[in-house]
Amino acid sequence: MSQVNDFAFKVATVNGTGSASANGLLLQALFRMGIPVSGKNVFPSNIQGLPTWYEIRVNKDGYTARSPHFQLMVAMNPKSYQQDIAEVDPGGWVLYDSTRELDAEMRRDDVTFYGIPLAAMCADRFEKARTRILMRNIGYVGALVALLDIEMDVVAGMLEEKFAAKRQLVDANMSAIAMGYDYAKEHFECPLPIRVERMDATRDSVMVTGNSATALGCVYAGATVGCWYPITPATGVMDAFTEYCQQFRVDPDSGKNNYCILQAEDELAAAGMVIGASWMGARSFTPTSGAGISLMSEFIGLAYYAEVPSVFVDVQRTGPSTGMPTRTQQGDLLLTAYASHGDTKHVCLYPADPKECFEFSVAAFDLAERFQTPVFLVSDLDIGMNDWMIPRLEWDDAYRPDRGKVLSAEDLDEMDAFYRYLDVDGDGIPYRTLPGTHPRGSYFTRGSGHDKWGRYTENSEAYLEVVDRLVVKIRSAAEHVPQPEIHTVEGGASVGIVSIGGCHWAVMEARDQLLADGLEVDYMRVRGFPFGEAVERFLETHEKIFVVEQNRDGQLRMLLSVETGCPKEKLVSIRNYGGQPLSKEHVLDPIRPQLEVVV
Amino acid sequence: MSPSARPVARHPRMRTNALGLTPRDYEGAMSTLCAGCGHDSVTAALIQAFYQMDVEPHRVAKLSGIGCSSKTPTYFMSQAHGFNSVHGRMPSIAAGANAANRDLLFVGISGDGDSLSIGLGQFCHAIRRNVNMLYVLENNGVYALTKGQFSASADVGTRSKKGEVNRHGPIDPVNLALSLGATFVARSFSGDKRQLVPLLKAGLAHKGFAFIDVISPCVTFNDHVGSTKSYAHTRTHAHEVVETDFVQLKSRITADYEGGSTQAVTMHDGSVVRFSKVSEDYDPRDRGKVLRYLREVRNRGEVATGLLYLEESYEDLHEFENTVERPLVELEYETLCPGSKALAELQKEWW
Repeated sequence: MSQVNDFAFKVATVNGTGSASANGLLLQALFRMGIPVSGKNVFPSNIQGLPTWYEIRVNKDGYTARSPHFQLMVAMNPKSYQQDIAEVDPGGWVLYDSTRELDAEMRRDDVTFYGIPLAAMCADRFEKARTRILMRNIGYVGALVALLDIEMDVVAGMLEEKFAAKRQLVDANMSAIAMGYDYAKEHFECPLPIRVERMDATRDSVMVTGNSATALGCVYAGATVGCWYPITPATGVMDAFTEYCQQFRVDPDSGKNNYCILQAEDELAAAGMVIGASWMGARSFTPTSGAGISLMSEFIGLAYYAEVPSVFVDVQRTGPSTGMPTRTQQGDLLLTAYASHGDTKHVCLYPADPKECFEFSVAAFDLAERFQTPVFLVSDLDIGMNDWMIPRLEWDDAYRPDRGKVLSAEDLDEMDAFYRYLDVDGDGIPYRTLPGTHPRGSYFTRGSGHDKWGRYTENSEAYLEVVDRLVVKIRSAAEHVPQPEIHTVEGGASVGIVSIGGCHWAVMEARDQLLADGLEVDYMRVRGFPFGEAVERFLETHEKIFVVEQNRDGQLRMLLSVETGCPKEKLVSIRNYGGQPLSKEHVLDPIRPQLEVVV
Repeated sequence: MSPSARPVARHPRMRTNALGLTPRDYEGAMSTLCAGCGHDSVTAALIQAFYQMDVEPHRVAKLSGIGCSSKTPTYFMSQAHGFNSVHGRMPSIAAGANAANRDLLFVGISGDGDSLSIGLGQFCHAIRRNVNMLYVLENNGVYALTKGQFSASADVGTRSKKGEVNRHGPIDPVNLALSLGATFVARSFSGDKRQLVPLLKAGLAHKGFAFIDVISPCVTFNDHVGSTKSYAHTRTHAHEVVETDFVQLKSRITADYEGGSTQAVTMHDGSVVRFSKVSEDYDPRDRGKVLRYLREVRNRGEVATGLLYLEESYEDLHEFENTVERPLVELEYETLCPGSKALAELQKEWW
């Protein structure tokens, strides 16, 4: 088994011991060696004490979807030894802390066990209890540097950068690295057949989480008011927004903020604040997860009906109810598309990685203002919280926000009268004014029945006129949301795959394999809702369509069935919803047998 | 013409304010509340206060939740921007709106159901944030639109129209606001315009969250014998703890108001609130004393009214958040977007 730059390994540790930074160090070192790499943090809803895992996949071909096949397990948590050791592929390796020897029944004959007395060595080398715990993690990094042939210079350079201001931390960390490295060199067969070799495949890439990229998109879009209630896995969005605002948005003359971040008392209030700020004309957003969207739903309906632009970021986690807050899922596709009571439908954007989180969050504000409606950026925990390798982000300095139809004081001066909900242009989008602009621009915003003049009404015809216009308006957004990404074989295949969001990478990998095996299949990733012509056409031109998604009930399939002319029978559901990111196996295993019959 | 539009007829010699506007310019659509509703008196007082304060109507944001009281922003200042939000959630709309545009004048109208039951949380947190707004709670002790259920402000022992007796202890919004650190706390009675108008004006001038609890009887569901929120009961039990006069900045204050039983507080805009008829042991600037005094008044079965507490120096939302002086909505995009160079620079950290 010789696998250079093509394997996956997993680190099992205890939550709250500082292993996250050690694992981040590993990921970044591999990335800096020019090797395509991905990391998946599998963590508990806990502050300290429960088992936690980090999975790293290196792949010279650039496949970054999660791999469930681990050739190496770094088993640092005796409490999870049993399951961790069972998970290693036959022929693989287990690196464990031999300060306490493994129980005989833990042993397997088909894997190689490497014991390293990290805790004992740390006890000898470091004085403080906390340092001993932290350095044990750095110790296994050192061992992995030897075992996987990671370049020591790269790791050392990163520690220098990280602790530039704290010399003694660099020394302690280097000492711990050397401790693990030397022990491994002396006692193990180094490097292992699974090892890395410098490449040049990451030069134009960066490593970032979707939540950071989303926050940065909000900054670049010109958002000034961010409102939120803390919730995993969306908290990182506001943490990053705060950080970027402190960096880019402090007025140099006064030292005051060109932004306002309000931590609300709950998600209901966060939604209300966003709507209030947007009503005034600020670009405003709230990051949350599905549970938050449930709470915000009443306000979302108000924003839809009263036509207040607003941006909602849903970093999806496993539902229903509290569900598994630290596991990923795409369980809010229906919720976001139709949030709130009565007839509502919302513009949704589905990023597949942090790059699209950045781009789509800018687009979300433009669409919200252009169509005067709530817009959802539907991300998920995997995209949001994990570090992803993405092409370096770019920005067009010529970009200016699309504020939509907003009347200025000059416009209002020249008008005889202004009516908020009048379809002047016949495109379903009325004109709006910002409060305080002009005496003639005033109107009443309300979630109760209103006519096109903006007055309260309980009259059927007057009510229908407004709600029927909303249908036209939202439908017209279909051609303005990000269009689907489509991959076809020459001449087009009769079988297609449709997926969404973070499924993309596993589907692409699976499709490559199918193509390599001579099984022709086309692929479309939907990137926005409502669905437009391109989605309709793909569905029309394929006889059988596998719909790949990460929820139990096939919500994307339901949306496609309801919102397009595609007969339900054509849509075959492929689902993975246990909380783990999608792997190519989730796609290949169910599709291949069916495909071989069709083709 | 909409059935709620008000006929336009003006007396040629109608008085005008400094902006050249007449009281009529501060009116709204015709009220659809019951004849004699206390809320309509509050609306009339608001119209008078805004008129006298020379407020530009289109620079006002008037907000509400759901309920009879929340309908009233439609009935004043047609040229102001209105927002009739969802039940109990007006404070969050106001907070977000104020964050975005600090230059407008914000007035929120709510009721006892809206503020003390479904919206209790938002009410409390608007106080904690010290959102710069006038917040009027039109308090009648009942859910009237749904035909007479007790609200959270109903007193123990008060009787509903159907004859039921309320046994749950009331939430007293004045006590609550004081406990939470509100910086302007007043109570008044819809039937006492002489007291109410200066309070509203002072509330508008206040920097921060100005809370006025207005006992505003419901003529249809809570004005009978046995109700503690009826006109008759309020008239006989209201106890004006402090008489308040509001002197607007434009009047050029020269007199010294301190002395005798009179106290004066200068508002952040230079206006002055004058307290008189203050009893010896009452200090509207001492939160602890006010709370104790109000408890005594309540124990006597009376309802304390007046500007009960005032603090002008506390930080408001924008000071807490250290936002720029200019409204955020007025900032040019160019100052908000870091641009391509900054993006390239930032991404060096992502390597």
